[in-house]
Amino acid sequence: MADLGTYIVSILIIVGAFFALVASVGLIRLPDVYSRMHAASKAGTLGSGLMLIALSIYSDDLATIMRALIGVVFFLLTAPIASHLLAKAAYAVGYRLSDISVIDEMAKPNAKKGK
Amino acid sequence: MSAQNVLDMSINIALVLLSLAFLLTIIRIVKGPTLPDRILGLDMLVGAAIGYIAVIGVKTGYTLYVDIAIALGLVGFLATVAFARFILVRGQADEGGMEDGHELDADSMIDYKIGELGANAKTVDDPEKQGS
Repeated sequence: MADLGTYIVSILIIVGAFFALVASVGLIRLPDVYSRMHAASKAGTLGSGLMLIALSIYSDDLATIMRALIGVVFFLLTAPIASHLLAKAAYAVGYRLSDISVIDEMAKPNAKKGK
Repeated sequence: MSAQNVLDMSINIALVLLSLAFLLTIIRIVKGPTLPDRILGLDMLVGAAIGYIAVIGVKTGYTLYVDIAIALGLVGFLATVAFARFILVRGQADEGGMEDGHELDADSMIDYKIGELGANAKTVDDPEKQGS
């Protein structure tokens, strides 16, 4: 039974680190700041959340378990807000989408170029 | 192979993957053509650091750093929000600052703005000196 918990912790750690790596590969390879944001905020949050959950399963101490879970909840709450604010600010100021973007749903109908 | 061996091996693999993630994120921060790219890299770096702290906590059993992870998440969130406000306040993005290499870089933009401020300060200062 204790072995099962250790195996679960191993799997969670590897999957979490893999998601963090995928997020940073997306950060390198995607073409503009908005699609990079999509990679970093979703996959990055999932990666560190999984690793914190692994820590809370592994630990025996109730205080550590609660701290890790609170960290997960806090991170899940704040990461979307931060990404949303950053995307809104970048779009409002006029950083353009990449040329291969298909649609810009926030573009004003009459504007010549996206503001 | 015992469960403890599997755990040790997976911890080592995870540390390697996280180090690669750090490296790629830092490449994006150094290269990143615009200021929002760099801020995004900072955000991602905070996330990877929290994961690193969790893995170290499993590896060594030294879980004091989990508190630091929570504080780091808070600081990263506030820094990103503050930088977003800064982008808004700074105003119009430099055109051509996206993919092509010749852009007016964000740093040189800030230098330019600071230079402007300095020039203004001088012109404001002078009448006062004459007045006194």
